[in-house]
Amino acid sequence: MSTLILLLVTGVGLGGLYFLVASGLSLIYGLMGILNFAHGSFLTLGAFAGLAAASAVGQDTWGGLALGLVVGAVTGAAAAAVTELGLIRPLYERHIEQVLVTVGLALASVALFEGIWGPNPRTVRRTEWLTRTTEFLGARIPNTAFLNILAAALVLGVIVAFLKYTRYGLIIRAGVENRAMVTALGIDVRTAFTLVFAVGGAAAGLGGVLATQSLNYVSPHMGASLLIFAFIVTVIGGMGSLPGAAVASVVVAVLQQLANYFLANTGDFIVVLLLALVLLVRPSGLMGRRAA
Amino acid sequence: MSTAPTMNTNVLEVRGLSARIAGQEVVHDVGFEVPASGVTAVLGRNGVGKTSTLRAILGLIERTGEVLLDGRRVDGERTERIVRRGVGYVPEDRDVFAGLTVAENLRLAERTGPHGTTPERRRLVDGLFPDLVRRAQQRAGTLSGGQQQMVSLARALLNDNRLLLVDEPTKGLAPRIVDDVAGALAAAARTVPILLVEQNLKVIERLAERVVVIDAGRVVHTGPAPELLGDPDLIQRLLGVHADGVEPPGADPATTAVGHQKGGAR
Repeated sequence: MSTLILLLVTGVGLGGLYFLVASGLSLIYGLMGILNFAHGSFLTLGAFAGLAAASAVGQDTWGGLALGLVVGAVTGAAAAAVTELGLIRPLYERHIEQVLVTVGLALASVALFEGIWGPNPRTVRRTEWLTRTTEFLGARIPNTAFLNILAAALVLGVIVAFLKYTRYGLIIRAGVENRAMVTALGIDVRTAFTLVFAVGGAAAGLGGVLATQSLNYVSPHMGASLLIFAFIVTVIGGMGSLPGAAVASVVVAVLQQLANYFLANTGDFIVVLLLALVLLVRPSGLMGRRAA
Repeated sequence: MSTAPTMNTNVLEVRGLSARIAGQEVVHDVGFEVPASGVTAVLGRNGVGKTSTLRAILGLIERTGEVLLDGRRVDGERTERIVRRGVGYVPEDRDVFAGLTVAENLRLAERTGPHGTTPERRRLVDGLFPDLVRRAQQRAGTLSGGQQQMVSLARALLNDNRLLLVDEPTKGLAPRIVDDVAGALAAAARTVPILLVEQNLKVIERLAERVVVIDAGRVVHTGPAPELLGDPDLIQRLLGVHADGVEPPGADPATTAVGHQKGGAR
């Protein structure tokens, strides 16, 4: 029983990381129709920048972690906003070219990160509490799982509140439904595009720093690794659906953990099977809009 | 592309307007004027380019030619910029945001600036559409077709526009709702000029002072509405229907219906 509890809670924690990446992917696709393959780069850059900032205070201190999270989020947001303004906007309404640009940026940025920080993973130092476990319903849960769950829940709450209670949130929700009509109401939807990229980039940057705490290392490739599962989560949840991304993040991560433990490390395979099943049975995803 | 405004009695002038959808030209060298008051109706069989003409004026589809608003060229501007110059748009099929509430749909349409939302306009909208006030917190996607049309009209009327572009507002509506929509448009027309695409000749007769008839993407007739409506032969020739809106024997309702809607009543 304690094993099951351990797998469930760590699964939800991993789901929190997936959600931090998938939330931005889903919002960007929902509003702009762009599959952003460079999203993992925002995560990696946020992780390196966050750790660099944390090092100034002390990587193994709470102050260092807090500073790292803030710097990671800001770096992710800035990188995403610059990407949108510099590369995506000039290709407005040219979706294939936009996607190709993000693919190119993803490949180039990994090479750049390797050039700067080297190709191998670097171990990070964590606060003592994050290296320990806490007993929960008889299971010893790594404290990083609680941190991931808390951060993901906070980010979900902030994004939902932003979408529900702000003018730009209203524009984004309307734009996901019918972007042309938003424009026909006299609203420059391009500002919302930049904002969505920045919000998604901030969540990814935050996820990058959190991932270093769970994995205990930082690497130029960590963004690409998480991005694959974030894409799967986004498709299963329903492209453009934030609640769908939240639910699918947990479902995918828990299933992955259970399969890895009970079915001889077949977690990744089972997740891809689930993706195929969803695409066959419900192509619009768990909570996505049905195709017209 | 924009030039300084000149003195003009027309709120809108369209010159040599051509438009493309997916690379195919659907509007060819169209030209007409919309005076600064009253309703100007755009008529024509289904699929001749009426909706595309409206969308081309707003820059929602690729277009060439000149579009002048209050004497100022706006054809080089982005859609949202043209709209903020005071053009309200009521699209075909309403295009309300189904997942947003009625109140959110209206709040989204509110604008600041010289042609923006005013308290008088809000009162006008509340007076014209009291049902929307009662349903403010209801999701727009759960409204009936007629109620959604009211939301779409209200969004355009909230702002102190110079011109409204209204595209087939009675399409697919039950006769009683058509009367309500026509009444709302008549009230709106007292405050702002309207360029109205409409298939229902009775609505045209009630609202329009001038008509522009389009066929195969080109303007084939312009003039006073009574002149067209009083000439059954002209109606038959230009629109392919009898003056009472009944098609001639053998006409294909899907392609020639003026005064008939493609969709059923909603």
